[in-house]
Order: sequence, then C-alpha cells, then structure tokens
Amino acid sequence: MKKSLQLIGEYYLLMRQVFQKPDKGRIFWKQYAVESQKLILDSIPIIGIISLFIGAVIVIQTANNMGNPFIPKMYVGYMARECLVLEFCSTMIALVLAGKIGSNIASEIGSMRITEQIDAMDMMGVNSANYLILPKIAASVTLSPFLMLISFFLGLIGGAAIVIFTGIITYSQYIDGLQFAFKVFYIYYSMIKMAVFGFLITSVAAFFGYYATGGSLGVGRSSTKAIVVSSVLILIFDLVLTELIL
Amino acid sequence: MIKANHLYKSFDGKPVLSDISIEYKPGECSLIIGASGSGKTVLLKTLVGLYKPDGGEIWYENKLLTALDSKSKKELHKEIGMLFQGSALFDFATVEENVMFPMNFFTDWSLEQKMERVNFCLKRVNLENVNKKMPSELSGGMQKRVGIARAIALNPKYLFCDEPNSGLDPSTSILIDNLIREITQEYGITTVINTHDMNSVLEIGDKVGFIYSGKLLWEGSSRDILKSECRELNDFVFASKMAKLLKSYV
Repeated sequence: MKKSLQLIGEYYLLMRQVFQKPDKGRIFWKQYAVESQKLILDSIPIIGIISLFIGAVIVIQTANNMGNPFIPKMYVGYMARECLVLEFCSTMIALVLAGKIGSNIASEIGSMRITEQIDAMDMMGVNSANYLILPKIAASVTLSPFLMLISFFLGLIGGAAIVIFTGIITYSQYIDGLQFAFKVFYIYYSMIKMAVFGFLITSVAAFFGYYATGGSLGVGRSSTKAIVVSSVLILIFDLVLTELIL
Repeated sequence: MIKANHLYKSFDGKPVLSDISIEYKPGECSLIIGASGSGKTVLLKTLVGLYKPDGGEIWYENKLLTALDSKSKKELHKEIGMLFQGSALFDFATVEENVMFPMNFFTDWSLEQKMERVNFCLKRVNLENVNKKMPSELSGGMQKRVGIARAIALNPKYLFCDEPNSGLDPSTSILIDNLIREITQEYGITTVINTHDMNSVLEIGDKVGFIYSGKLLWEGSSRDILKSECRELNDFVFASKMAKLLKSYV
C-alpha cells in the first residue's frame, strides 16, 4: 500500500515536470511530428490487420449464434458494428497499443536513463521529462482517436469481406444492419475513451522508463511493468468511463 | 570557483558522503580519486546538482546551489558542461546533432552559426569528418571526444568529467587528459575530474582529493601524492606491482 502511494506520488511529480511550457515551441512540434510517426502512424499496419480479422470473426460468430429464424439476419451487421464501436476499437486496440508502444516507450526512455542520457539533458538545463515525454503524450492523446476510427472502418470492411466470401448473410442484410439504429454518440464515446487510454499508455510507460534502474535487466523489468500496469488501468478506466459517459 | 562545505549524502540510510569540504579554482584541473564504490561519482553528481545533498552547502561563486529554485538552477546548469563516464551521447542523434543539442535550446543562433560552432568544437577535440555519424559508429575514445565537444559547446564556466578515460587504452587516455587540460587552461574553466587512473593524476592533476569510504581523507598536489603518509592513499596509489616498484625509486 505504502509502495503504491509512493508510486502515485512519483507519477504525479513527474507529470508536473512534464506538463510545463516547452523550452522552445519549435523543438516541441518537431518532436511531436517524430512521435506521431513512431507511435501512431507506425501502428496502423498492426491495428489494421487485427481489425480486419476481428471484424470478420465477430460476423461469423454472431451469425452462428443467431440461429433463431425470428431474428432478422441484418442484426448480424448491427451486432458487429456495436461490438466494434463500443468495445473492440477502443479497449482492445488500446490493449494492443499498450504492448506495442508502451514497451517501446518504456525501453527507449529506460535505456536513456541507464546510459545517463537523461542526466546529460538535465545537466544542460533541459527539462528532460518535458522534452522526452510531452510530445509522446500529445501525439498519443490527439491521434489515437483516429486510430480508433481506422480500426472501426477496417473492422467493418473485414465483416463485409467475410459476408461476401462466405455468404453467411447477404451483403445487403449486413449493410442494413450497419445502418440500423446508428448512434453517432457511440463514435464520440469511443474516441474519448481512446484519447484517455492514449494518455494512460504513454504516461505510465514513460514513468516506468524514466525511473528505470538496474541496467538492461532493469529496463526489461520497467518495460514489463509498464505493459501490465497500463493494461490494468485501461480496464479500470474503461469501466469508469463507460459508467460516466453512457 | 566552486566550494562545498560539510557535504553529507546517504542512500536508504547508508551514508555515502560524510562531511566533505572542498574548493575548486578556475583554470585548474582538480581531480577526485578513490577506489570503486568510495563515493566519487556521488560526490560529482552532488556537486553538479543531480543529487540533492542531505546536508551541507555548494557554492558556485556567490550562488548557493542548494538554495536555488529550479529556474535559477537551470540557468546555472547552462554554465556547466559535463562529460559522463559512458559519454552519454544521445543515440537518436548524429554527432553534429549531439553537439548542437544545447545550442538548439539555449541560443537563437542561425543554422549557419550553429554549424560553425559545431565544427569549431569538433575540430578543437581533433575530430573531423564525423559530423553525420551516429554515436554507435564511433570508437570509445571518439565518443569521449564528442562528449567533450558537446560539453564545451556553450563555453561553460565549469567542466565536470566522470571517469573520462575509463575503458580507454593508455595512449587514448593521455590524449583525452591533455585535451581536458588544454581546454581548462585555454578558457579558464573550473574543471573537476573524477578518476581512478593514476596516469591522469600525475599527468594533469593540479589539485587532488582522495575519497575513502565517503570521506575526504587527503588533499594535495599530484607531486605530493607520491610522498604522502596516508596509509589508505598509499594502498590505493601503490596497489599494482609496477607502482610498488616505482615507489622504491621515489
């Protein structure tokens, strides 16, 4: 308990250091562009592949479980859309990102810590936390909601592809289902969740990397801790945000 | 001038520095020597403000480091250059970008002016045609030299070097030592070097402080060191067979 409180305190202090005005705006925006490429754009291929396949699987599973002839077939498309927008494209994608970019951030910053590169920045009078972490958080919070949109779109395409290839339901039934009782608010809800998850993933991973100790083994440990803690936090915040927003 | 008064530092209740008082003057290479684990690096990092002392004062001219707010501390850090044990070059940047890094933050120079300064600093440490190389493409000695070039990029008033010749062969070590001494004298920098290399002590040590179990046990010039009667210092200085043989001639 004491250790957890200490961690929360250290996290808060680090975030205070991170959320300060950057020394030079030009340098911040340059880093923002670099991190956007590294954290978000480079994640599109893996997110795309996962979304296409999961979209297809959701359609098959839903269709196989809706054997009742009184339930219209278009509900397969409706169910697939709701599953994707409400949970998969935000929470599941966030968990994937926690593994991909969380470990990347924790190991990158952790390696810089143990090789004294962070000390070197501090010695120059540069706010190392602000320079290294703020652009990552900014890129993740502002752009990960778009990853959610890409995932949603590709998930629906995956579903459509399996409908066309297998004929499990007709394409028009699938499209009717997608359009049925569509609530735009669910998209906003999912995007908000994704922005919060983006913050959690980057800030938690950066925190564990920034305070990494104990050589390369320590970097490995901090990377693992970053993934575990951010995954648990994603699930907790998923529940909290769902309760608050929906 | 840098002055430390009655410095104390401990980690998890274990004392690492105990009642250390020392003074460093401009234009001099002052060395901190001692065995591994004696507290040299902790002393150096405490002096530069990377560690907060548990007790005592650190003065940079008339500025009390231990009482500075973060903004003033940041200003002071702009006057300090530091060479780290492992060079600590940014592995995401080229040699040129490493040396330019502090300039990007703290000057409004144009790219041409920055490039001119980068080339001057690299030339000063006898490195040319490596601007576009990544740190991983350089040898240990070259990395140290880039580290020195980065440390002097903004004309520091104070230079701290943490084991500048660890992992280097004797001739490269002498090259690095001489470079640090030349830069110190040329720009009137207050230089503090942390080392356990006796060649460095004899080569460039204007003033030497011996740390033993976190205490400053001996202070003097590099000439006095061979005649010292401090048992712990003699055990450290004359640890090798060659040194013992040398002592018999002194």
